[in-house]
Amino acid sequence: MNHDPYSWGRPSDAMYGQYNNAIANAPNTLEHHSSGSNFNENTTRPIVTGTSVIAIKYKTGVVIAADNLASYGSLLRFQGIERLHKVGKTTVVGISGDVSDMQHLLTILDQLEMENNYDNDEYSDNVDELQPSYIFEYLANLMYHRRSKMNPLWNALIVSGVDSKTGKPFLEYVNLLGVKYASPSIATGFGSHLAIPLLRKLADSEEEAAELTLEQAKKGIKDSMKVLFYRDTRSSKNYSLAVIDKDTGIAYDNNVDVEDMSWKFAKDITGYGTQRV
Amino acid sequence: MFRNNYDGDTVTFSPTGRLFQVEYASEAIKQGSVTIGLRSKKHVVLVGLKRNEDKLSSYQKKIIKCDSHLGFSLAGLAPDARILANYMKQQASYNDMVYGKKINLNKLSELLALKAQKTTQTYSGRPYGVGLLIAGVDNLGVHLLEFQPTGNVTELYGASIGARSQGGKTYLENEFENYLEIEDLDELIAHGVKALKQTLKDETLDIANLSIGVVGEDIDFTILEGKHVEKYL
Repeated sequence: MNHDPYSWGRPSDAMYGQYNNAIANAPNTLEHHSSGSNFNENTTRPIVTGTSVIAIKYKTGVVIAADNLASYGSLLRFQGIERLHKVGKTTVVGISGDVSDMQHLLTILDQLEMENNYDNDEYSDNVDELQPSYIFEYLANLMYHRRSKMNPLWNALIVSGVDSKTGKPFLEYVNLLGVKYASPSIATGFGSHLAIPLLRKLADSEEEAAELTLEQAKKGIKDSMKVLFYRDTRSSKNYSLAVIDKDTGIAYDNNVDVEDMSWKFAKDITGYGTQRV
Repeated sequence: MFRNNYDGDTVTFSPTGRLFQVEYASEAIKQGSVTIGLRSKKHVVLVGLKRNEDKLSSYQKKIIKCDSHLGFSLAGLAPDARILANYMKQQASYNDMVYGKKINLNKLSELLALKAQKTTQTYSGRPYGVGLLIAGVDNLGVHLLEFQPTGNVTELYGASIGARSQGGKTYLENEFENYLEIEDLDELIAHGVKALKQTLKDETLDIANLSIGVVGEDIDFTILEGKHVEKYL
């Protein structure tokens, strides 16, 4: 059948008057696009972005870090944007990727916390408090749900924390495709190329991570952040660092700077920009 | 001539401030066969007397499992209980899937109470004509809850609902200090069966009409029926 209403023939104008052409061109109410194109378009690229998040487990907890920068393309546009977020008492979620989607995730995490308080009354801050595993499971489902709607949240998330009942460190990753995995050290974005090799030198397996001290883990993360600042052009010197420990809880510092840098190598790099060789 | 009996729906109060539909629903529980629930520090036990319509028919199900840590026994309209069972199963599995966590009894009771209360203030439909004794275990320990068509859900150490349930309730009231400290599950079941026996008139307990449900910190929700209840008779 020909679906074009114009080729269906006209009722006689004498009887019904002139046909109103606007009828056939009327927008389909199911599609809320008014700009002429007749389809919905979801996010196809992130706009304002945050770069790598890196994290590693140690004996009694997890260390996680992400810098405080939101880039607009290659422009380092917004400084002081924190990308590590406390949820409940023993969880920190690190978010890289699109910053507006991150802000959306934050409202969702707020709701999750509120609902947990409501559902569990006076027990929400002891036996039934939010565990990192609950939060991760929820976020992983959310990410996969959104990609299945062909409308993904353009982020890669790292959920880190300790289970407040067993005291076991928790570290898992999920991204915009809903792909998830756990590992003793995890990084998103550029970090998975530059930081992971360094972190795996410290702890290549769960057994090795269980032997790692806080100082070693912290140093590993700090060194990795330095390397990332050297080589990732979307990174900043200023970053946030969180330690989640089973005994001392969350220690969060949102104002750490990369230290002991040496740019001596820079003068030998040639072939880029306006310099003469 | 027409006059209002104030019992046609649940949105009209009687001049004395009563909702007859809700009262009728509560009455329906008393028509159902008896079920008793009791708990210790570690376990919850449900016992129920199953009824069959006549000699040739099978027995009506008395205890329904909703999740590995959760189940209930019912007194009243079994089809209504099935609706609530489906709802509880769905909520339990939703919680499991989305949060990777077993639903806790507090949250479940709130959801159930909300669902039942709605029926007491909407024009169409009617309250659920069934009472439930819900047994389950969560992070906080074991729980025994009683659900009523009014939308009340209460947590108890012992409960008895259904036809001639008063005998069982009296037994529990007298004994509860003894059974609360019991460690052994079989002993707690024995108390439950004893309580159930106080409610019997013409019937005798046998392996065909006794149904037992147990749950505890060390045992998933389990229904015992048939030859498995023999040793408790």
